[in-house]
Amino acid sequence: MEQLINDFSPGLFFMQLFIFLVLLLLLSKFAWKPILNSLKAREGSIADALQSAENAKEEMAKLQADNQKLLQEARQERDKLLKEATDIANKIKEEAKSDAAKQADRMISDAKNAIEVEKNAALKEVTTKVAELSLEIAEKLIRKNLSDDKAQKALAEDFMKDLKLN
Amino acid sequence: MINPTIMRNTLLFALLISLINVNSLFAVAGGSEEGGQINTKEEINEYIQHHLQDSHDFTFWTNGKTGSHIGFHLPVILWSDGLHVFSSGKFDYGHEVAESNGKYFTLYHGKVYETNADGEINLDEEGHATNAKPLDISITKNVVGMLLTSLLMFLGFISLAKGYNKRSIPKGIGRILEPLVIYVRDEIARPNIGSKYEKFIPYLLTVFFYIWILNLLGLTPLGFNVTGNIAVTVGLALITFFVTQFSGNKDYWKHIFWMPGVPIPMKIILMPIEVLGMFTKPFALLIRLFANITAGHVVVMSLIALIITMRSQFGIVASSSISFGLAFFITLIELLVAFLQAYIFTMLSALFIGMAVEEHH
Amino acid sequence: MYNLIGAGLIVIGAGIGLGQIGGKAMEGIARQPEASGKIQTAMIIIGALLEGLAFGALILAG
Repeated sequence: MEQLINDFSPGLFFMQLFIFLVLLLLLSKFAWKPILNSLKAREGSIADALQSAENAKEEMAKLQADNQKLLQEARQERDKLLKEATDIANKIKEEAKSDAAKQADRMISDAKNAIEVEKNAALKEVTTKVAELSLEIAEKLIRKNLSDDKAQKALAEDFMKDLKLN
Repeated sequence: MINPTIMRNTLLFALLISLINVNSLFAVAGGSEEGGQINTKEEINEYIQHHLQDSHDFTFWTNGKTGSHIGFHLPVILWSDGLHVFSSGKFDYGHEVAESNGKYFTLYHGKVYETNADGEINLDEEGHATNAKPLDISITKNVVGMLLTSLLMFLGFISLAKGYNKRSIPKGIGRILEPLVIYVRDEIARPNIGSKYEKFIPYLLTVFFYIWILNLLGLTPLGFNVTGNIAVTVGLALITFFVTQFSGNKDYWKHIFWMPGVPIPMKIILMPIEVLGMFTKPFALLIRLFANITAGHVVVMSLIALIITMRSQFGIVASSSISFGLAFFITLIELLVAFLQAYIFTMLSALFIGMAVEEHH
Repeated sequence: MYNLIGAGLIVIGAGIGLGQIGGKAMEGIARQPEASGKIQTAMIIIGALLEGLAFGALILAG
């Protein structure tokens, strides 16, 4: 202790205080202040950058979700459209089919009608013809066998029978 | 945890330092039997004591053969009824009496005393000189060390500060300094002081780098022992003391003089203890730094001196190897201590300031 | 002579104290490795306070 007090140099003490305080003053003004401010600014900008990166990431995620949704919607739309189209096609097909069937039916019925008409006409003609023939026959018979009344009658009946059968 | 590259570089650095240190003492140790050389334990002690003290000359080494010193003289500035300025060459390493403006001064054990024309020194029974001491504000070796440190810090940090104008990430020396600045701010100032740290961070940064660089300078063979000088550490601790007291808030003073939450007799007992604590804190600060650095220097120099003390028993090669190995090892530890002491001084300063500005609820 | 004995006693006491601090800190770190940074800082501070005390006493003794 005594040694230390003896070794203590007041001059060096003052020089040290002076040098240190001047250094502190100069460094505070010209070094620490700009350094700390720059560090702070840099850290701020880094934090900002990180924040904006985070924001961008969120934005991305949102966009992606939106995209997904849009895609989903589009897909649904497509499915719906497809379904509608098939429905329509089916309907058209169905309609066509039924139309065709109707057409066919009509044609058949038309044909049938025509046939009927023709047949009727034919029949009519036949009956007319038969009647004419009968008349002719009758005429001939009459001309030939006017004597035998009974035989004539039987013959006519015979003809008639045959005609009815036809 | 410790980067292997850093480790290797540290080892190399320590190796280099101890190599140069051993060399420089060799210059002192070697030589003939007569004149200036150091051989006995007493002389080694004397040499170490001499090294620990401040000096008015910057001596690189002493020629053992002729006893001549290689180095340069530093200016002496004294205040004794007027200013006296002259070169320390006038003292001729304490052999001559210097005359300035009608006053006579002489060097005795590295200190300047007023004396008469014959250079008479009066000693008391304990061997201390009783002559009057002028106020010695010379540019001594320690002052040179401090100025050198200030210059290094100024150049380094100004370049770091300037560098930010050009780019946001520093280049060159700034790459080393910037993480240290951030370390002091984030690991020392902020956790210990709290939200008001920004006001004190210039002081903490300055004191941290100042002590650290001075500690490291002390490990070089230039032979500085600045932070191992009691006057320097007193100065530093005193600044911490004043910064703490002047930034103390109402709660701080209340805790010292009228401790809340204890009965009145306890308050009266606690008051002198707390007041004493105000002074013991910076006192421990200054003693710790001084003692650690001084002890480090003594140990390193003693281990180097093993070359001389063990030469007769083991021979020059063996004693040199042993001495070198031990000195190398201790230099490594001293490198750590140099940082640790700067760290602890700054850390405890921050802690004391933090206690003074803390808000109690 | 007496002050040397005193210095020895101081060193013994400080050594025991530092050993306790260091040992307990190591235990703490082993138990909670994630808190090693905080424990180290606290260890260094307490060690430094003890060191200051010991050096103060040593200077009074020497």
